[in-house]
Amino acid sequence: MASGILALTRAEAGGALAATALAALILGTLGAVAWAAQGLAGLGPWDWRAVWFTLWQAALSATLSALLAVPVARALARRPFPGRSALVTLLGAPFILPVIVAIMGLVAVFGRNGAINEALRLAGLPEVSIYGWQGVILAHLFFNLPLSVRLVLQGWQAIPAERFRLAASLGFGPRDVARHLERPMLRAVLPGVWLAVFLVCLTSFTVALALGGGPRATTVELAIYQAFRFDFDLGRAASLGLVQIGICVAAMALARWIAVPAGFGAGLDADHVPEAPEGWHRISDMTVITMAAGFLICPMTAVIARGLPQIPDLPPEVWQAAARSVIMALVSALLALAFSLTLALALARGRMRWVETAGMLPLIASPLVLGTGLFILLRGWFLPQALALPVTVAINAVMALPFGLRALIPAARTLHEDYGRLADSLDLRGLARLRYLILPRLARPLGFAGGLAAALAMGDLGVITLFASDRPTLPLQLFQLMNSYRMDDASACAVLLMAISFGLFWIFDRGGRLA
Amino acid sequence: MGAALLEFDGIHVTRGSFALSADLTISKGARVAVIGPSGSGKSTLLSLVGGFLAPDQGRIRVNGQDITALPPGQRPVSMLFQDQNLFPHLTVAQNVGLGLRPDLRLSEAQRARVAQVLAEVGLEGMGSRRPANLSGGQQGRVALARVLLRARPVLLLDEPFAALGPALKGEMLALLARIADRTDATVLMVTHDPDDARSFAPWTILVDDGVAHPPAPTGPLLDNPPPGLRAYLG
Repeated sequence: MASGILALTRAEAGGALAATALAALILGTLGAVAWAAQGLAGLGPWDWRAVWFTLWQAALSATLSALLAVPVARALARRPFPGRSALVTLLGAPFILPVIVAIMGLVAVFGRNGAINEALRLAGLPEVSIYGWQGVILAHLFFNLPLSVRLVLQGWQAIPAERFRLAASLGFGPRDVARHLERPMLRAVLPGVWLAVFLVCLTSFTVALALGGGPRATTVELAIYQAFRFDFDLGRAASLGLVQIGICVAAMALARWIAVPAGFGAGLDADHVPEAPEGWHRISDMTVITMAAGFLICPMTAVIARGLPQIPDLPPEVWQAAARSVIMALVSALLALAFSLTLALALARGRMRWVETAGMLPLIASPLVLGTGLFILLRGWFLPQALALPVTVAINAVMALPFGLRALIPAARTLHEDYGRLADSLDLRGLARLRYLILPRLARPLGFAGGLAAALAMGDLGVITLFASDRPTLPLQLFQLMNSYRMDDASACAVLLMAISFGLFWIFDRGGRLA
Repeated sequence: MGAALLEFDGIHVTRGSFALSADLTISKGARVAVIGPSGSGKSTLLSLVGGFLAPDQGRIRVNGQDITALPPGQRPVSMLFQDQNLFPHLTVAQNVGLGLRPDLRLSEAQRARVAQVLAEVGLEGMGSRRPANLSGGQQGRVALARVLLRARPVLLLDEPFAALGPALKGEMLALLARIADRTDATVLMVTHDPDDARSFAPWTILVDDGVAHPPAPTGPLLDNPPPGLRAYLG
C-alpha cells in the first residue's frame, strides 16, 4: 500500500545520504589501505614490536588510570572543600587540551631541567627520563587519569544517599562501607573506565611521536607515520594500517560486551556528601587530592609561566599558523555538526539503526590510517602539499562525529518525542523547521558538540604530519619549534594554542547556552 | 446526521497484540466525543486521521478526498494534543503565526490576522510573550487561536485541557465550541470524562474491544451504556 507516512521522510532521506557518504568515505579509505597493503607479509620484527608496544602500553595506561582514579574519586566524593567543584570541572579540561601542549608541560616538569629531576639531583638520586615508554605512559596518565576520575566519581555519586545513611545507622566502618557499597559499584564501573582509556591509547600518535620512538616505544600509528614519511614505503604503511584497523575492530568488539561510559558530560555537582571517616583517612584523602591536582595543574602552569611573557615576541609565522588553524578548526567543526545533526535527526525517527552504525564507523578508523588511505586514493590527482590541509580538516571532522552524535542523539530523540508531531501537523518542514524548531531546541548540545569538535581540531597534531607542508597548522608549528629547541617560542606558542582551543570550546558552548 | 464529511472506510490497523477497526462516517459540522477504556485505541483513531499512523487496510476521506497517503501537515486537519501544543522557544504570536505560514514570513495583513485571533481568544497584546510566561488556561487559548486561524475542516482533540481545573476546562470547551462553530469544523474529541461528552458533543463514538463504533447520540448512550462502556464508567 502506498503511504506517504511510511515513505522516507526528508530527515530520514538526509540521514541516509549522510550515512552513506560517511560509510563510503571511511570504508572506501580502509579499502584502499587494505588493497595497498597486500597482506601482512611485508611487516618485519620492528613492526610487530610496534604492535606489541601499542597493546602493552594501552593496557598499562588503562590499568594505572583506573586504579589511581579510585582513591582520587573516593576522596573527591566524600570530602567537601572550597574549590572542589572547580577542580572537578578542571578534570574535564585535558579532554580538549591539545596533546602537544600537555607534552610541553610534562617536559617542563618531568624533563631533564624540570622540577622533579632538580629535586632528584639535590637528593643525590638518579635522574628519570621522560623520553621512552615511561614518558608515553606518563602522558597517557595525564590525559586519562582525570577522565577516569570523573567516571568513577559519577559512580560514587550514583550511590543513593539513603544507602550511606543506612550504612551509618547500622554502624558500618570504612571497611564495611567499602565491602557493601563501594566495591560493588567499582566492579560495575571500572571495566568501562579501563576500556575507555584502553581504546583512546590504542591510537595514540602525538604522545608517541614526541616522547616515544625507537624500538621500545613506537606505536602502530607512529610506525605508519615513519614508514610513510621516512621510508616512503606506502605498502608497509598500508600493512601497518591494516593491523591498526584489526586492533580497533577487535577493541570495538570488546566494547560491545562492556558499556563504555561517556566522560565528557556536564558538571558533576554533588548533591550529597557521604559520611567520611576522620583521622588518617582525612589526611590521606587530602594528600591524594593535592597530588592529583598538582599532577594536572603543575605542567600547565609551568608552560604558562614560561610562555605567557613571550607571546608578544612570537614570530609572524606563528600568528599565520594560528589564523590558519582557527579557520580549519571552524570548517571542521561545522562539517562535523552538519553531519552529526543530519544523522541524529534521522535516527530520532527511530527506524534506521544502520545510520547509527555508520556514525560510529570513525571509531574503527584511526586518523593516520584514514590519512594514509586518502593519500593512496588521491595521490594521482593532487600533490601531497595540496592535500595536507583539506585532508586534515576532513579527518578531524570525521573524528569528532562520535562525540557529536553522543551529544545530539538523545537531544534529537527528546525533540522528536516532544515536538515532532506538533511540527508535522503544522507542516513545519525544511529550512523553516531547522530555523524555528531544530536550531533553537538543540542549541545547547549543538554548541557543546561544536565546541568539542573545534577544540579537538584546533589542537590536533596527527594527519598533518604525514604531508610535508609549508603551511603548518599551529600544533605543527609548535612541534617544529620544540624540535629546533626554540623553547621560549615553543612555550609561547603552546600558551597561544591552549588559549585558542579553550576559547573556541567556550565560545561554542556559551553560544549554545545563550541561544 | 447530515452529509458525510469524515469517512473511515474499512480501516484496520494492527500493532503487535493491539488491533483497531473502524468503518464509520461523521457528518459535516458534527461534534463527536470519542470514549472508551484506556488502551482501547481512542488516540489511535485520532492518529489515523492526523496522519501519524498509517492503516494496514482501508481509506480515510475528508469531503470525499482520499487523505490516507497525505503527510500530517498537508491534511485538512488541525490537532490539539494532550500537551506540547506550543513551542516554548517561540513567542505567542509566532506560535499562532505558524498556522498561517510555517516559514513565518508573514505579510502585514497576516500579522494583523494573528493579532485579531489573539484578541478573539482574549489574549490581546500578549503576542510577544513566551508560553512559559502564560498560565495553563492562556496557553490553551493560544493553541485555540491557532486552530481558529487555520480553520481546517476537521479538528482533532486528544484529551486537551486535561491538566486544567474543572472551571477552566469548562471555559476552554465553551471557547472551543465557539471556534468550531465559526470555522464550521467537524470535531473529534477524545475524553474520559462523560460530563465533557454530554456538555460538548451531541454524538459519541465508543471505542471498545478493537472496534470504533459508529457515532451514537451521546445522552442515550451514556444513560444506557453497553456492557463494555458500563464497566469503564463504573
